[in-house]
Amino acid sequence: MDDLQSFREETRQWLEANCPPSQRQPGTPEEQYWGGRRGQFASADAQLWFERMRDRGWTAPEWPTEYGGGGLTPHQGRILKEEMRRINARTPLYSLGIWMLGPALLEYGTEAQKQQHLRAIVNGEVRWCQGYSEPGAGSDLASLQTRAEDQGEHFLVNGSKIWTTSADKSDWIFCLVRTNPDVKKQEGISFLLIDMATPGVSVTPIALISGDSEFCQTFFDNVAVPKDNLVGPLNGGWSVAKALLVHERKLMAELGSDSPRKEIPLLQAARDYLEFNDGRIADAELRSNLASHEMRMHAIGLTHMRSFEERAAGAASTAALAMKYLGTEAMKNKSELLLAIMGSRGLGWEGPGFSDEELDATRLWAGSKAMTIAGGTSEIQLNVIARNVLQLPQAPAAKSKS
Amino acid sequence: MALVLNEEQRLLRDTAQDFLQREAPVAALRQLRDSRDDTGYSTTLWQQMADLGWASIILPEAYGGLDFGFTGLGVIMQESGRTLVASPLFATAVVGASALLLAGTEAQREHYLPLLAAGNLTLALALEESHHHSPHRIEARVERRGDDLVLNGHKTFVLDGHSADYLLVLARDPERTDTGQDLTLLLVPRTSAGIDCQRSLMVDSRNAATINFTDVRIPADAVLGRPGQASDALDQILDRGRVALAAEMLGSAEEVFDRTVAWLKERVQFGVPIGSFQALQHRAAHMQTELELSRSVVLQALAAVDDNPTQVPLLASLAKANLNELVKNISNEAVQMHGGIGVTDELEIGFFLKRARVTMQIFGDTGFHKDRYASLCGY
Repeated sequence: MDDLQSFREETRQWLEANCPPSQRQPGTPEEQYWGGRRGQFASADAQLWFERMRDRGWTAPEWPTEYGGGGLTPHQGRILKEEMRRINARTPLYSLGIWMLGPALLEYGTEAQKQQHLRAIVNGEVRWCQGYSEPGAGSDLASLQTRAEDQGEHFLVNGSKIWTTSADKSDWIFCLVRTNPDVKKQEGISFLLIDMATPGVSVTPIALISGDSEFCQTFFDNVAVPKDNLVGPLNGGWSVAKALLVHERKLMAELGSDSPRKEIPLLQAARDYLEFNDGRIADAELRSNLASHEMRMHAIGLTHMRSFEERAAGAASTAALAMKYLGTEAMKNKSELLLAIMGSRGLGWEGPGFSDEELDATRLWAGSKAMTIAGGTSEIQLNVIARNVLQLPQAPAAKSKS
Repeated sequence: MALVLNEEQRLLRDTAQDFLQREAPVAALRQLRDSRDDTGYSTTLWQQMADLGWASIILPEAYGGLDFGFTGLGVIMQESGRTLVASPLFATAVVGASALLLAGTEAQREHYLPLLAAGNLTLALALEESHHHSPHRIEARVERRGDDLVLNGHKTFVLDGHSADYLLVLARDPERTDTGQDLTLLLVPRTSAGIDCQRSLMVDSRNAATINFTDVRIPADAVLGRPGQASDALDQILDRGRVALAAEMLGSAEEVFDRTVAWLKERVQFGVPIGSFQALQHRAAHMQTELELSRSVVLQALAAVDDNPTQVPLLASLAKANLNELVKNISNEAVQMHGGIGVTDELEIGFFLKRARVTMQIFGDTGFHKDRYASLCGY
């Protein structure tokens, strides 16, 4: 414990000395730095902050130092997060490479693949996106149809991927592809890394109800992919994908609690938009809903801690499986509540008459509907819990098909 | 590592589990109910529990206690919730012991606590005066008459009130009304003249008494601690009770859920186990996620009593409100998922359903604690 305490002290001092004041406050989505060939810093401070963190290996604090990571233990990593949150420090580099692909490569990649990709991720040189879902394969992911045919020298990839977040700004995509159509659906899938500059790759953004179009559809038309880009065994991609999904769900469960977002906090909104009587919110229904939500977030925060402690103690954590479902449902509820608290001020779409925060609240509300769909719907999460935690028998319909 | 049990606590849990499954299964509660037992719990069992050290689990060693703290107590409460043990554990070893520790003088602690630890003294908190928990709306009066005190008032929902050796009575001292410090806790022998104690059998087959105090004469040294100073201690006593009770409720919820999941795997309809139906799987899985949240808040609240007292009020209200909703929903789902057999007296699920409703009212329902949580957070 003394070592951790001194690590905390050092970290606190280093952050104090090195995090520019402008990087210690919530930022807008436009201010996030995602790296990649087309990545741009919103300010000189953002660049300075990123470079200082990168040089310390703290863009990927828990990765081994030989690949450019910080080599921290999980406990140290947690302390770093806590200390960053304490001063509201922004995340210096947003990256699916760090959150999702990297951990899968560390577990399943060849040494050459690790050398080729990990440092480029840590340094923010390459931006990655994810190619899992297809128009015909959403919750039933394993029925995916994008084909990769063995052409001797390379794979030839044909098909399309949907909900490829920020594919129009990414350099590489990690994909699930079908390499054997003649076996049980999970057993004919491989995990493939594709350079999006390869001829035959094209991207179309999808307009969403929030007005954003961060999600894209990505098309593959006779795309030649080197065989060295296969991660894990041929037709063994499902295991890699499942491991990666665990990281995605963990990430989604922690969204909102991790990095400061420029979003009106509920209690602040209550003070700004609601009437108070004797220090209490006058509207009994909203006060009760707010308390319910805050208590739930409190309980979810404690469950994150418990799940972390269980894993750190080497025990299996059934709580970890519940977190994506609980976290995203709560965030969706939070957006609903914020709108309710703001009344008609939370319904603006554009133009004058509303503050930027108010307009953001409307769009974040619409955007929040995707939280319980992306990364496995809430219903899929419940299926997983029913199967893996409660060990309930498989549903009759699913049994006959797989 | 407050949110994960340590080795000592795991051993305690295993011992408690063995003992309670053997000596005090749910069938024992049914037996007490059907035989219309006068005491409402087995005194032999309580002596065994005291011999195991459970009566003194939160007491410092100086008073003959085990000094396992609330994290240790939580393990016992949780296991006793699993088998719905009727015993003075809550009223005496949690609430009574906490009252003596937090409000008593050193002389009172030295006198009463070793008796309590040995299983030779039972207590009951006579607090409520209406049918909803409102700990500061007290009308019972204690007045000076010569060297003695005289107590008048009406108390209801007094857990173990008809069997306890002493009643811990909360009353106001009219002479102190001006100071704003007029709440006093009194330690009164239950058999004192002027006490009319009506035993009521509650829906959970346990007892709560309605008690009238009419000119009950008690000596001045019956005041627990100092006269008029009970208010602060009262909130702490109640919070400890809430946290311990939340642990018991968690144990009950886990047990009723385990039994329901087992039933989903066992019961066959339409040629398949009903647990293979997604409509039931999703409801069960949702309950599982709610249980995860409840485990975290209970463990954190227990740890806060031991290590982080300033956080106790907020966490006690969080835990009690959370567990109130959990036991209500999980016991309702358990009955529904069992189908017809779920509403029979033969199946033990009904005992859990009924106990849930009583625990939900003890020391504050969901509305009470949500309101308190919001007020503590400044809205």
